[in-house]
Amino acid sequence: MNFFARLYYKYRQIIKAIQLFLIISGPGIIVMIADNDAGGITTYAATGAKYGYNLNWLIIILIPACYYIQEMTVRLGAVTKRGHAEAIFAGFGSFWGWFSLMDLLIVNWLTMITEFIGMTAALKIFGVPPFLTVIALCVIMGIMVLNGSYWTWEKITLLFCAMNLIYIPGAFMVHPSVAAIIRQGTIPNLPGGLSSDLFFFLMANIGTTIAPWMLFFQQSSVVDKSLKEKDIPWGRVDTFVGSLLTGIVAIFIIIVTGTVLKGVNVDDAAQASVMLMKTNKYIGTFMAIGLFDAGFLGAICISLASSWAFGEVFGWAHSLNYKIKEAPWFYGFYFSLLLSAGAVVLIPKAPLVLITLFVQVVAVTLLPAALVFLILLLNNKKTMGEYTNTLSQNIINITIVVLIIIISSAYGVSTLFPNILK
Amino acid sequence: MIRNFLRHNYAKIREINKKYAIPNVEMSAGVKFSLLSLRLYLIFLVTLLLYKFITLVR
Repeated sequence: MNFFARLYYKYRQIIKAIQLFLIISGPGIIVMIADNDAGGITTYAATGAKYGYNLNWLIIILIPACYYIQEMTVRLGAVTKRGHAEAIFAGFGSFWGWFSLMDLLIVNWLTMITEFIGMTAALKIFGVPPFLTVIALCVIMGIMVLNGSYWTWEKITLLFCAMNLIYIPGAFMVHPSVAAIIRQGTIPNLPGGLSSDLFFFLMANIGTTIAPWMLFFQQSSVVDKSLKEKDIPWGRVDTFVGSLLTGIVAIFIIIVTGTVLKGVNVDDAAQASVMLMKTNKYIGTFMAIGLFDAGFLGAICISLASSWAFGEVFGWAHSLNYKIKEAPWFYGFYFSLLLSAGAVVLIPKAPLVLITLFVQVVAVTLLPAALVFLILLLNNKKTMGEYTNTLSQNIINITIVVLIIIISSAYGVSTLFPNILK
Repeated sequence: MIRNFLRHNYAKIREINKKYAIPNVEMSAGVKFSLLSLRLYLIFLVTLLLYKFITLVR
């Protein structure tokens, strides 16, 4: 009897833990899955097509790197109750504050254009004209935020996150060789030696892993969700699950294109979808749906990251728990970003390729600053108290940050001067 | 209306600058070094961007 009582007690404990996780989870999973945005899907699709499964090890290494960086935003948000933009203003003064805020606005707006490019390209495959896609998306994204509840928005967004897992059945449908995946993808290797092409792909994969908007989004999201210090352990689990999922999705995309399109040059994910459709209609369709979903998640999170950041600094009411009448500036800003980015895609002969390249360069100006500020803020004992970075956390985080800064800078510079690597 | 909007925002920006005039992070040698490195890095990047822009225009 005693054994069964203990078993039941354990069962109740596990159920309670799961329930608590489901309540607290959200910001970490959403930010990580949204990180696999339209640009990310293109990078992974192209990586698989070019190098097969050989670069999967890089994605495996990037999973903990992603976790360590984003975990800091959970602690910072839960302890200071401030978003990243406001934390930079308060911590380093208005010069660095304005620099970060304006840079964030430009990078996010340009990135949103790339998300709309991805979404319109994905739906064009199914015969949906771009103007209809943009209008429908703005309406859907509007409805999602205007319900006046962070909780509802988060749960709807999590459903879209679940849709991002569509690449997993897609990968099983192409019947890849599991032995080849393990043999080629789990041990670090440089297929064909460290050529300029390979170096560019390594940088592109690392560059898409951490984007500046992610830091701002997760911290603001933690604040909007009113997470407290006691919730930090669950926030960590949420972030870890998110980083694991983002890595898994990336690996499965690489498996799909690495199996079916090996040796083919892929310029974008929409092109990869069309090519896959020629082999198997369903796999191509899955790829296109996944691309649309990735762009959708990216657009909704990026526009919110900007609106939260401006709301924090300008002192507007800036929570998804407010109705539009209570937070007109916050929602007005959100919609103006969304509509203007969508409109650019509809301009005939707009330099969309140039915009896509420019995003990578401008992001390089913000990412190092945001990461350095994050480390410095996490070492500020006065505000962080017992949640200040420990020595081991500092060693790990500073190493990751320095590597990301070097590699993303090299990526940005090689985008500006493509011949530099040759 | 536009004048009112601009005046309001100008006043708001001044208020923000005043509010965050004194950074709350202690400016230790490490912090100062990090911020200086960041400035130099950004100057380098902006110079590269300007160089690219000028060579493109030419």
